[in-house]
Amino acid sequence: MLPEVGNFSLILSLFFAGSLAIVPITGYWRHNPILLSTARPLTLLMSCFVLVSFIVLAIAFLTNDFSVLYVSLNSNSNLPIWYKFSAIWGSHEGSLLLWVLILCGWSTAVALKSHTLPKEVGPIVLSVLGMVATGFLLFMLFTSSPFVRDLPNVPANGEDLNPLLQDVGLVIHPPMLYMGYVGFSVAFAFAIAALITGNLNSSWARWARPWTAVSWAFLTLGITLGSWWAYYELGWGGWWFWDPVENASLMPWLAGTALIHSLAVTEKRGVFKSWTVLLAIFTFSLSLLGTFLVRSGVLTSVHAFAADPTRGVFILALLIVLIGSSLLLYSLRASQVKAGVAFGLTGREAWLLLNNIILTVLTLTVLLGTLYPLLFEALDLGRISVGAPYFNTVFSPLALLLMVFMAIGPLSKWHNTKPSLLVRLCVWPGVVSILLAGVISYAYHLGGMAWLSLSVAFLVVLLTCKDWFLKVSSGSKGIIPRARQLPRNYYGMMLAHLGLVVSLIGILMVSTCSEETTVKIAAGQTVSFAGYQFTLNQFESLKGPNYVADQADIAVYQDGKLVAQLKPEKRFYEARRQVMTEASLNAGITRDLYVSLGEKLDDQAWSMRIYVKAFVRWIWFGGILMVCGGVLSALDKRYRTRVEGRHA
Amino acid sequence: MIDAVIFRRLMKLIVWLVLSYTAYGQAEELMTFSSPVNQTRYDALVKELRCPKCQNQDIADSGSGIAKDLRHKIHDMIENGQSDKEIVDYMVARYGDFVLYRPKHNAATFALWYGPFILLGVGLVIFAVVIIRNRLRRKGETI
Amino acid sequence: MRKVIFFIPLVVFIALGIVFYLQLGKNPEYMPSALVGKPVPKIHLVSLDTDQVVTNVELPKGPYLINFWGTWCPTCAIEHPYLMRLEKQGVPIIGIDYKDDKASAEQWLRNKGNPYKMVLLDELGNFGVNMGVTGAPETFVINSKGIIVYRHQGAVDDVAWKTIQGYMQ
Repeated sequence: MLPEVGNFSLILSLFFAGSLAIVPITGYWRHNPILLSTARPLTLLMSCFVLVSFIVLAIAFLTNDFSVLYVSLNSNSNLPIWYKFSAIWGSHEGSLLLWVLILCGWSTAVALKSHTLPKEVGPIVLSVLGMVATGFLLFMLFTSSPFVRDLPNVPANGEDLNPLLQDVGLVIHPPMLYMGYVGFSVAFAFAIAALITGNLNSSWARWARPWTAVSWAFLTLGITLGSWWAYYELGWGGWWFWDPVENASLMPWLAGTALIHSLAVTEKRGVFKSWTVLLAIFTFSLSLLGTFLVRSGVLTSVHAFAADPTRGVFILALLIVLIGSSLLLYSLRASQVKAGVAFGLTGREAWLLLNNIILTVLTLTVLLGTLYPLLFEALDLGRISVGAPYFNTVFSPLALLLMVFMAIGPLSKWHNTKPSLLVRLCVWPGVVSILLAGVISYAYHLGGMAWLSLSVAFLVVLLTCKDWFLKVSSGSKGIIPRARQLPRNYYGMMLAHLGLVVSLIGILMVSTCSEETTVKIAAGQTVSFAGYQFTLNQFESLKGPNYVADQADIAVYQDGKLVAQLKPEKRFYEARRQVMTEASLNAGITRDLYVSLGEKLDDQAWSMRIYVKAFVRWIWFGGILMVCGGVLSALDKRYRTRVEGRHA
Repeated sequence: MIDAVIFRRLMKLIVWLVLSYTAYGQAEELMTFSSPVNQTRYDALVKELRCPKCQNQDIADSGSGIAKDLRHKIHDMIENGQSDKEIVDYMVARYGDFVLYRPKHNAATFALWYGPFILLGVGLVIFAVVIIRNRLRRKGETI
Repeated sequence: MRKVIFFIPLVVFIALGIVFYLQLGKNPEYMPSALVGKPVPKIHLVSLDTDQVVTNVELPKGPYLINFWGTWCPTCAIEHPYLMRLEKQGVPIIGIDYKDDKASAEQWLRNKGNPYKMVLLDELGNFGVNMGVTGAPETFVINSKGIIVYRHQGAVDDVAWKTIQGYMQ
C-alpha cells in the first residue's frame, strides 16, 4: 500500500510542478499579481510531495519491503542499516528521485529567500525551476519509477547493494555531487529570468552569486569525496581516472568556476553581460549532459548505470527541450545587450576574461575528449578510446597556464592597472619561486615538469600572501583590524586559490614520487620496500554481516619502529557472488602506506601490492580548502542586504 | 573445529569459482624483470593500453582474464627485447585502435589533438578584439 | 553579423543532439574485430582427437566457423546445445578449447556431445590472443577464401545465427 502512496505523491508533485511551470509566468505576461503570487505555495507543495515519496522509498528500504522491485534489486536483509539508507540512491531510479528531491530543496530555499528579490523576479525564477522539475518528474514517472512492484513473485531476500557502493564515501558522495549539479539550476533560472524580463543588467548576477558559490562548493566536495572514495575503495590507489563519468562532473565544475568569476565581473563592473548569461546556461547544461551520459548507455564507464534506450530517448528529448529553448531564448535576447564600461589591457576585467577563456577551453577539452569516441563512431570511423594519457598531455599545460594568471590576476585593480606596477609586484616572487622550485626539484630529482609546476605553485602562494599583506599593511590602522575589515569574499577567494595550489602539489608529488611493487609474502615473512619493512604476522578468516573475508595482519616498521598496523582484506559478498579487494592504508601528511591483497599463490603465500603514495592527502585537503573558500564567499555580508524596491 | 575447516574449504572453492570471472580486482600477479628499465617500460605500457573486454579500465588495473593474459604477453615481449612500438603494434593488430588510450595522431584525430590549442588561439584572438575595441571606445569617451 | 554569433551555441548544441540520437540504443560494448578482412592467423595447435599438430593447411575449404570455448565458461554451456543443432544442419565448426585442460574438455564433449569438426587445444590462450579474443565464447566466420569476415562475442543463438548466416553466404 505504502509504495502506491509514494507513486501517487509523485504524480501530485508533477501536477504542482507543472502548475509552477505555467501559472506564475502567465501571471508575468498578463501583469496579474495573483497568478505571480502562486509561485511560492506551488513550490512548497511540489517539494512536500517529493519529500513524501522519498520518505516512502526510505521506509521500503528500511523495512526490507522486497515487493518493491527497486528495493529487491538493491538491498538485502543482511545489509547494514546505513547502507540500506544509502541504497536509496544506489541505482538509477532512486538516484533520480534524490536528484528531484534536491532540486526541490534548492527551489524551496529560493522560495523562502524570494522576498529579497524584486516582485516579479522571484516567481519567474521559481517557474523556471518548476519547468526543470516537471521534466524530471515526467522522466521518472514514465520510464523509471522506483515504486514498481514485483508482485506476485516477491523474493524472500534482495539481491543486495553492489559491494563497491557499500562504503561511507558512497553514502555521502552522490548527495553532495547532486547538490552541486542541481544547485547550478538556480543560477540557470536567474539567467533565464533575466532573459525573459529583459533586465540583463548586473542585478541578476548579484542575486545569483551566493547560490553559485554554494553549489560550486558542494560540487567540489562531491568530486573530492568521489576521488577519495575511488582511492581507497577500488583497491589500486588511483584517485582520478578520466573516466567519462568523472569527466561529467569535472565539466560543470570547470564551467562553474568560470561562472563564479564571470558573475563577479558582471556584478561589479557591468561587463561581459551576455557572456555570463551564456555561461550560466552552459554550466547547467553540462550538469544535465552528465546526467544524460551516465543514464543513457551511450558511453561505457565503470560507473554508468544500466542502460535502457527508451530512457535515453526520453532524457535526450528533455535535454533538447530544456537546453535548446534556453539557447534559442539566449540567441534572440542577448544580441540586444549594450556593451558596458570599457577597461584596459591590464585591468582586473582583462585578467578575469583570460581566466574565463582558459576555463572554457579546459571545459571544451574535457568535453571533446569525452565525446570524441562517440563522434568517431557516429561517423563510422570505428572505435577508439580516449583516456588518461591524452588528458594528461593536453589538459595539464593549459591548467598550468591558468594558474599563472590566477597568481597575477588578483593583484590587478578594476578598470586599469599600471603594467609597471604589476611587473614590480611580480618580479621578486617570480624569481624566488623559480629558484626555490629549482632547488627542490634538483635535490629530489623531480624533473622539468615538476620544476615548472612547483614554480607556479610557489608563485601563487607568494603573490596571494603579498596581496593580502599589501592590503592590510597600508593605512593607519593596525594589521589585525584591517585584516578583519577585508570582506569574506576576499578570504573565500584566497582559500580557494591556495586550495587549488595544495591540490596541485599533491597531484604533482603523487604522480612523480610514488613507489609501488608487487611481492609474494607468507605469514612470518618480512619485505623491505621504499625504506619500510612490512612484516606479515598472520592471516585470518572473518565473517562480516553480508560477506566473508580473508584478512592479513601486517606490521610496518621504519628504522625498527612500528609505524603502522595494516589489515587488508579480500572479501566475498554472498548475495552478489562478488569478490572485493579492501585495501588498508596508513595516512600521513607526506605519504600514505597503502597495501592491497592480490591472489592466493599457494597454501601460505599471497601476492600483495604495496604502494607508498607521496603527498596524496594534499589533493583532497586542497579540495576541502576550496570548499571552505566557496562557502565563505557565499556568506559575504553584501548578499544579505534586502533589495529595496524594483530595479529598472 | 570441523565446521571451520569445512567453511574455509567451501570459501576457497567459492572464491576460486568467482575469481575466474569477476571484473573487479587489479594486477595481482608477480612479474619479475631482468632490468629496472624493463620494469619501468612495463609499468608505463600497461597504463597506456585499454583492456579490450572491460568497461573502461587500463590493462594495469583490470582483474579480468584477458587483461591478465595481455600483461603476461607484454611482460614476455619486453623480456624478449621487443620495442614499445612493436608491442603496441602487436596489440593494435589484434584488438584494434580501441586498445590505445592515447589515440594515434592522424587526420581523423586532428581535432582531438589540436582542437584545444586551436580553441585557445581563438580565445586569445577574442581577447585581443575585446581589448582593442575597448581602447577605441575609451578614446571616444575622452574626446 | 553580430546577431549570427549568438546563434552559434544553439547550432553546436543541435549538432551534438543529433550525434547523441544516432548513438542511442547502440551497444557500447560491441567491438568489431580488428581481424575482419584478414586471413586466419598462423595455426600451430595440437588436435584433441588425434594428438597431432594441426596447421592452416588442414582447415576446411568452404565457409566455416571458428568457435572459442572452455569448460570453465558458463555461457559456453548455454551455447552448446545450439552448436549441436548447427552441427546437425551440417555447419562446419572448428572448436578451439581456450585456456582449458585436455581431460575436462574430453569429459565435456563425452557428456554433451561433440558439435565440432575438429577440436584444437589452446591451453595457454596464445592463439586466442592472435585472434584478438577477449573471452569465451566467441565465434568467427571464415569465408571460402580463408578470410575472417565476422566475429560474434557471446553465445550463438537464433538472433546471432541470422547475422552469421548472412556472412557465410
